[in-house]
Amino acid sequence: MSQQRKAVALISGGLDSLLAAKLMLDQGIHVEGINFYTGFCVEGHTHAIRKKDKAKPKRNNALWSAEQLGIKLHIIDIIDEYKDVLINPKHGYGANMNPCLDCKIFMVGKARQWMEENGFDFIITGEVMGQRPMSQRKDLLPVVVRESGAEDRLVRPLCAKNLAPTLPEREGWINREKLKDFSGRNRKPQMALAAEYGFDDYATPAGGCCFLTDKNYSDKLVDLWRARNKKDYELDDIMLLKVGRHLRPQPHYKLIVSREDGENKFLKGYKKQFASIEIQSHNGPLTLVDGELSDEDFRIAARIAARFSQGREAKSVTVKITRNNGEEQIFDVPPMPASEIKQEWYV
Amino acid sequence: MSHYTLDARNSLCPMPVIKTQNKIAELQAGDVLEVTCTDPGALNDIPAWCRINGHLVKETHESGDEVIITIQVNG
Repeated sequence: MSQQRKAVALISGGLDSLLAAKLMLDQGIHVEGINFYTGFCVEGHTHAIRKKDKAKPKRNNALWSAEQLGIKLHIIDIIDEYKDVLINPKHGYGANMNPCLDCKIFMVGKARQWMEENGFDFIITGEVMGQRPMSQRKDLLPVVVRESGAEDRLVRPLCAKNLAPTLPEREGWINREKLKDFSGRNRKPQMALAAEYGFDDYATPAGGCCFLTDKNYSDKLVDLWRARNKKDYELDDIMLLKVGRHLRPQPHYKLIVSREDGENKFLKGYKKQFASIEIQSHNGPLTLVDGELSDEDFRIAARIAARFSQGREAKSVTVKITRNNGEEQIFDVPPMPASEIKQEWYV
Repeated sequence: MSHYTLDARNSLCPMPVIKTQNKIAELQAGDVLEVTCTDPGALNDIPAWCRINGHLVKETHESGDEVIITIQVNG
């Protein structure tokens, strides 16, 4: 009896990686999934925070995919290692701050390392030639193979027939004839294959899974780096970029104003790390203050925060300032009129 | 069989899942782990992770803004 071969599948939670892994399971391969958490993954976060998303199921799509496939899933925290990928991408950024090609090379490289450490034989990805402008271009797929070190142990079951045979195909571990020849941005072949397998509740096809592809998010990240005068971040920094309204009235400080109760609760967890403004006389947002502020800056910041409270039309609103050293101060301010809140303050 | 606790409060999914996964890697079959989270998404994600990795969720309950999930390793 021949040895059962083992493959590690990169599972993003999207349809392509689900189908790629399923094709390998159908060929009798033992498959386990791996999912990398960079801190920028869209999965879950805003669902957990914002009330408007509460109606959506709070499922993690990578876990959902693994459950559909009946495979184990290993979720790996790569937050720290990923910083170098984002800050110094060898192949540059996409339309926003998304270093897609470097990201793919890095993840396949990590999967190769995992494969070697765990005695697996090859790696599976859901890549489709020509589907994405940066990381899945025909001329760039070999770059991923080479620079990740995966070489011919990287199998792309959805477009394998468009590519040279890999080691698992040449050795007969898998049957090349049963692999696919998908290419381009047309999603119909994937959707047809999903229907064939009975997958009908998968995550949005080709949906972005990374905040770095989002212009608004990328603008906030660039603003953070500019304000700090260095390209660096901690997990808390990049979490906070996903939450609240961000306003920078002056280069030396930024306000993060919650938009609803869920965000209020989330931002409360950061009150020990930041100065904050709370509205005392009316219902209103919690505002975190990032930067070193003078008394006058705090007064202006309090007027802005009051603008977003239910006291926005009142003559004055009572606010409580808590400074970084824990010192509290309560005073009244007139809410800033909407006309004085400059559009360019919004990050 | 030993009883362990894990504080995964103030972290958003999938961090509570990753913390649970890493803690369970240190435990023995039959050990019990009680995980406390503040992200309600953990109520779905941790049981899903347990199902696909062969661990038993003995109990889940909410207490105020916290979610508590009790897991038996390889149960």
